[in-house]
Formats: sequence, structure tokens, C-alpha cells
Amino acid sequence: MSSIEPMTLGQIAQEHDEVETPKREVVFAVEDLAVAYASNVAIREVSLEVYKNAVTAFIGPSGCGKSTFIRCFNRMNDLVPSAKVTGNVLYHGKDLYADEVDPVEVRRRIGMVFQKPNPFPKSIYDNIAFGPRVLGLKDNLSDRVESALQRAALWDEVKDRLKESALGLSGGQQQRLCIARCLAVEPDVILMDEPASALDPISTTRIEDLMHELKREYTIVIVTHNMQQAARVADMTAFFSVDVAPDGGKRTGILVEYDRTSKIFTTPADKRTEDYVTGRFG
Amino acid sequence: MRMSRALKGGLFKGVLFLSLLVGFLTLVVLLVDVFNDGLPFLDRTLLTSPPSGDPDIAGARPAILATIYIGALLLAFVVPIGVATAIYLEEYANKTRWYNRLLEINIQNLAAVPSIVYGILGLAFLVRGIGLGRVLLAGAMILTLLVLPTVIIAAREAIRAVPDSIRQGGYALGATQWQVVSRQVLPAAIPGIATGSILALSRGIGETAPLILIGAVTYISFDPTILGPFTALPIQIYSFLRLPQAEFKLLAAASIIVLLAILLTLNAFAIFIRNRYRRSW
Ligand SMILES: Nc1ncnc2c1ncn2[C@@H]1O[C@H](COP(=O)(O)OP(=O)(O)OP(=O)(O)O)[C@@H](O)[C@H]1O
Ligand SMILES: [Mg+2]
Repeated sequence: MSSIEPMTLGQIAQEHDEVETPKREVVFAVEDLAVAYASNVAIREVSLEVYKNAVTAFIGPSGCGKSTFIRCFNRMNDLVPSAKVTGNVLYHGKDLYADEVDPVEVRRRIGMVFQKPNPFPKSIYDNIAFGPRVLGLKDNLSDRVESALQRAALWDEVKDRLKESALGLSGGQQQRLCIARCLAVEPDVILMDEPASALDPISTTRIEDLMHELKREYTIVIVTHNMQQAARVADMTAFFSVDVAPDGGKRTGILVEYDRTSKIFTTPADKRTEDYVTGRFG
Repeated sequence: MRMSRALKGGLFKGVLFLSLLVGFLTLVVLLVDVFNDGLPFLDRTLLTSPPSGDPDIAGARPAILATIYIGALLLAFVVPIGVATAIYLEEYANKTRWYNRLLEINIQNLAAVPSIVYGILGLAFLVRGIGLGRVLLAGAMILTLLVLPTVIIAAREAIRAVPDSIRQGGYALGATQWQVVSRQVLPAAIPGIATGSILALSRGIGETAPLILIGAVTYISFDPTILGPFTALPIQIYSFLRLPQAEFKLLAAASIIVLLAILLTLNAFAIFIRNRYRRSW
């Protein structure tokens, strides 16, 4: 960036703010959602809408339930025996938690990238091919692998070593591999829980550029601790905070404010949001 | 007088070294003795001839073959059962259910049961109970039960060592639980499972007591079959030693070398697998 004065988050956010978002299609509609681990309510009373072909960011202090919340979108919380989800998550109007919905089916449509790159201890090729294989998409497998690696901007770096172990890649490459792995099953939505928090600035920039690319085809939801990152990549931003019970006991995550990213970083409606994004809190 | 720290440290090191020496020297003396006696008799006759009253033409072929058969059957039985049990306990069992906890405690205790008790069990249930008779298969089955807890415990540890992030990654791509287990968890756990199984195998084929109890015969002059009477190398060694002629002692020593060679090869193989596939996540 050429400016001498560091840009404010608001300026960063406005830089890529599209003039007027046309009526966006709603991918997820969350209504009064709460998640409890045994008797501890991690997050409650969350309602928001996630839009198609946009990047939606969740920000907020540690422990406010961002990971818990994002895991509701692909039913990963089902894997935690003590977790209980109440409220509704509608995906293209259909209840994700209805009895007849198979969580495995949900995860085929809604992919996820984790905080720590988690390549499988297999070759680069087999990592990408794993998803298509379990879904029975066996024809043109190498084309699929190539195209996923292309879209994740990793192809040029690995095309000569597809048979080598994925564990030999750098952290940033591993994370792009995980993104490619997720793209290979052609999901509709990509969930990313702090995808760049374990990476160096250059790798982080690459992942952010990638998100700009990917949102043309996919809907992206991202959790981040890095407000610069939210300002740079997100179209919509939700700020979560921790609500401490009056007696100082139970801590529960709540949604404070959800709006266009430019709005959140320039003229937030809530004082708590303003304190957080200006660095006075958390 | 107070000892200086350096002296104390040196003394401690000395004690440790002496303890090490006890184990090491025992092994060396044992090996030297056995090789001294046995080497001259370690020839083709030993490997290809059946036992005989004449030490010059006596061999241990039936016993060696039986030990190999028993080892192969043991592996074929113990690996699938042990791995399946471990997968159930680690990946599927709900640990809050009483029957799963009971199962766990049971397996841990089984690992500590003396081998002779397994022999009694084999005699009662396999040989007499289901009428299998005093056959090689019964021997392999009883040794399977004997080493099963070891294999289960090793396989569970190997499965537990597979990081959860791998499972999560699999699920997030829309894999079913079975797909995650069979395509991610198991392959990643194979080195640990293989090592544990081989060590269990070498324990199994070194066992004597349970086989004697279910009636492995000491004198067999024909090649064993799975459903026929049998002897095994440790038993053969024992029966050589009981014969009056001095040469049989040497023949026993030669047989011990064969048994040791089999066991050490297996253990070396286990170590090789462990090092070859050691993983850093
Ligand atoms: N598997 C779990 N079992 C029990 N409690 C959990 C579990 N996962 C999270 N929690 C609790 O839920 C609350 C929210 O955790 P969560 O991981 O969603 O926060 P987060 O906003 O993602 O935090 P961070 O920014 O540090 O990642 C915390 O109090 C945490 O202790
Ligand atoms: Mg988190």
C-alpha cells in the first residue's frame, strides 16, 4: 500500500464495499439459536442472515462462541456429545436440524476449513481426492484434483510433487491444501474458522486474496480474531461479545451487532462494537 | 561425612549402570552358552528331520513347522479381532454406558491373567467343550486368547494417537463415520497396530504352558496339520532336554537358537516398522 498514513479499518472496509448490494439471496437464516455444552450455554439468542456470494465475518473476544456458532452451520457440533443446539438454522429455507436431515449430507454441501491446517497423512493428490472418493465422484478424478488446486492457488507450487506427502508442505501451503480439499467436493458454502491465524503475513495475504476470488462462486463464512482481516475480506460482519450474568457467574456469548463491514468499522450502532473495533476492549 | 554432589551423582550413575549390566550380562552369557553348545548341531538335519531316538539323525522339523503354523494362525485370528475390538472401544463405544466400562476393565484384567489359566480354559472349552480335540488349531486359538488383550491395548493406543483434527477433517468433507475410521484413522494407526501385533505374536509363540495343558504332544515324527496333533518348538526343546543322551542337550541348544532367531527377527521387524512409519503430526 502506498499511503504513508496507515489506513483506518473503516477506510480499508470502505475500499472494497460494493456501492449498493443488490438484493442478495439468503443462504442461511439463523433464528434465535442457542448452543449449550451440557448445562453451560456457550451462545444464545443469535439471529442473522448469511448472504450468497458474500464473505461474512464473525469477530469478537475469545470465548464468545464464534467457533461454536460457525460449527452449527455444518452440524459439526453433532460430533460433540454434550453439545445441544436449539433454535433454527434454515439453509435455503430448509431446516438444517430437521429430523430427516442427514448431517453427513449437510457437510457435503457445506465445507469447512479449520484453524490449524489438518492435512491427512497422505499424498497431496490423495488429500484432495479424499472428498470426491468418499462421495463416489470417481470419474475425472485427476481433473477434479487439478481444478481444486488451481482454484486454491496452489497448483503451480505442487504440480510436480502431487505424490509426495502433504505433511511436507509449509503451513501456508497446507492451509491452501485444506481449502482445495474442501473445494474438490464442490460445496455451496465454505466455513473457515480462523483460517489464517497460524500463518505468516504473506500466506495470510494469499488466503485473503483467495477469499476474494472464491466468493464469486461460493458463499464464505469466516471467523477471525484479526480485525484488519475482517475489514479487508468481509462484506458483512457480525460482532459477538460475552454477556456476564449480573451475579458475575455465567458467561454466555451473544450477538451484539451485525451489519455491512464498512458500517461496523465506521459507524457502529452499538457502543460495545465501537469499543471493540477501535481497540478499547478485548 | 557429607558426600559431595558430584560423588552422589556418580554413585547413582554407577548403580544404574550395574542394573543395566545385570540384564545385559545375563543375555550375553545365555547367548554364548547356547551358541557354544548348539552351533555344531545347527544344520540341515535339525531343520529337515523329525525327532528320533538317535541324536545324529534327530531334528525338530515338525516342531518348527508347527510353530510357524501356529504363528500364522495366531496372527490371522488376533489381528482382526483385536483391531475390531479396539475400533469399537475407541471410536464407537459410549464410555458412559456400564457395559462398555465393564468391557474395558475386563480387557485390562485379562492381560494380567497367567498363561496357565488360559491353558485350563482351552482344555475345558476348546478341546473338550466343543470337542476340537488336542489339535494345532486349538493351540493357536488358545494363544490367540492369551495375546488378544495385548493386541487390543496396542491397537487402542495407536488409534488414540491419531489426532482428532484428522477425524474432523474427514467429517467436514462429508465422510461417514465408517469412512473416517476405515480411510483415515485405521491407515494412520497401522504402524502402531503392526508393532503391537508382532510383539504379541512373538510372545505367543514363545509360550509353553498353555500348549502343554491342552496336550501338545512331545514326540511327533510327521509334519503337523491344522487339525492334527502337534508339538511346538518350546515343547520340543523341553523334551530334548529330558532325554538321557548328552547330545540331545546340544540339539536342544540348537533348537533354542532357531526359536531365538524367529523371535528376534520378529522383534527386529516390529522395530523396523515403528521407525519406518514414525509420524510427526
Ligand atoms: N467441546 C466443548 N465442550 C465444552 N465446552 C466447550 C466446548 N467447546 C467450546 N466450549 C465452551 O464454549 C464457549 C465458547 O467457546 P468457543 O470455542 O466457541 O469460543 P470462540 O469464540 O471460538 O473462542 P476463540 O476466539 O478463543 O476461538 C467457551 O466457554 C468454551 O469453554
Ligand atoms: Mg474459536
